Amino acid sequence: MAADMAPSGWTRDEPIVKITDLHKSFGDVEVLKGIDMSVMQGDVVCIIGPSGSGKSTLLRCVNALVDIQKGSILVEGEEINRPNIDKLALRRKVGMVFQQYNLFPHKTALQNVMMAPIMVLKQDKSEVEDRARKLLAKVRLVGKEDSYPGELSGGQQQRVAIARSLAMGPDLMLFDEVTAALDPETVKEVLVTIRELAEDGMTCMLVTHEMGFAREVGDHVYFTDQGRIVEHGKPDEFFSNAKDPRTKEFLSQIL
Amino acid sequence: MSGSSEKATDLPVLLPAAHRLAAAAAAERVTGPVPRPTLWLGLMLFSIFAFSIGLAHAQGAPEEAETPLGALWRWLPVLLEGFVFNIAISFIAMMLGTIVGTLLGLGQISLMPAVRGSSWFLTQFFRNAPWLVLLFLVMLLVPFEFRFGDTVIPFPGWIKATIGLALPVMANVSEIVRGAINSVPSGQWESSDSLAFSRRQTIFSIILPQCYKRMIPPWMNLYAILTMATVLASIVGVDEMMTQTRRALAAEGGATQLLVPFYSFVLICFFIYCYPIARLTIRLERRFAVKL
Repeated sequence: MAADMAPSGWTRDEPIVKITDLHKSFGDVEVLKGIDMSVMQGDVVCIIGPSGSGKSTLLRCVNALVDIQKGSILVEGEEINRPNIDKLALRRKVGMVFQQYNLFPHKTALQNVMMAPIMVLKQDKSEVEDRARKLLAKVRLVGKEDSYPGELSGGQQQRVAIARSLAMGPDLMLFDEVTAALDPETVKEVLVTIRELAEDGMTCMLVTHEMGFAREVGDHVYFTDQGRIVEHGKPDEFFSNAKDPRTKEFLSQIL
Repeated sequence: MSGSSEKATDLPVLLPAAHRLAAAAAAERVTGPVPRPTLWLGLMLFSIFAFSIGLAHAQGAPEEAETPLGALWRWLPVLLEGFVFNIAISFIAMMLGTIVGTLLGLGQISLMPAVRGSSWFLTQFFRNAPWLVLLFLVMLLVPFEFRFGDTVIPFPGWIKATIGLALPVMANVSEIVRGAINSVPSGQWESSDSLAFSRRQTIFSIILPQCYKRMIPPWMNLYAILTMATVLASIVGVDEMMTQTRRALAAEGGATQLLVPFYSFVLICFFIYCYPIARLTIRLERRFAVKL
């Protein structure tokens, strides 16, 4: 996977993502005020916190959808915060799933999954189609291959979006509040898909409001507020034994 | 009445009516006197035409054997020939304008500031210029022939007029393209970025295919406007329908009773051509509005 990246000397026992003192502003508004975080290969990291605390921006920094002002992000040992970074090479390694699914409405589910591997990775069409069908089966969408996004429910669209991202063979998946736009029944089907992914060993960074899921599936939980990481830890510790008053207050509101 | 109707009466009994009037006036102000061809308008045109023929008939001296309708019949091939010319000019101008305008519209979203700036300037310049002035400028500035060594490429007036009309079309198409691209939700850009599509791939395989539907109704509307504007070419001496009509009338010795029948015939021809386009545009607008 991603063999075309320059060898950076990164090994699997080093963090796959290492964020150091990350700052990001939109105009005069500083959204991230010094974030430190590291994610190990195969980890499931959940980022929780009140809205506007910079969680989504943090994820978008990791695949360079937004550029950063200060600090460092290493993805598989490659520094992102430098001029002339090959964004396309980075994004081939880092998949992302969005709150609003963002499927391509003019393409069928199958075509949505096949497009990027064919056009970006220049892979063989029949081989990609094979893989795409398997991925759609994996997210339990057999029979929906030829449906257009408009004909699918929110949960189904989100699972197509996950399959689409997986088709690129990423080393790391980012999930940005992927269940926030779904109704309660369909939240479960998407979470099941992510859980299976995690069990297969995929490294995942999730921004989520699903505390039950974070507690059950997460290896590590980060709580952000006003652009800073307030507290982090193993889920059991974090949820039953939060130390910071802000964390306590947030958890008491949500749980 | 309509302007001051909100406060026109102190009598409570009249208030509902006053409100109604005010609402009607407001609606009229919004929709305005936009000359969207309606069937109603067509019927009106037709009755003017019929009435004028009757009138001309009544005015004509009794010893004159030929009726205005007869004269029109005699000139019909010449007039229709002119009309076909109008359609041809509209087709070519639309084609040229669409091709260059699409490029200009894409230029307006270019990441290169120079390309973006100059595309924006050209678009704004030609969009905010009177069509007739552009027509005159092109007529005056473009030579009547180009010479490359021995080969001479003639540039007759109608080609120049077509280019002159294509310029505002180009600018409007540029805006249609830019607007349609901007109307695609930003999430589409984000998700194609995150899938490592290049900008070019994103625009041509993901963004533009979603735009066609949105672009077709305003594009057809523009075509109808252009078709109606082709008569401007008569001012610069192109043999289109208006010119032919004027010539026919002159050949008839400037008979005043023929003026209204002939010109309303021109109107009717344009109406019959443009009305279906307008209807179709409205239908497509409705359909896409629901489907989106």
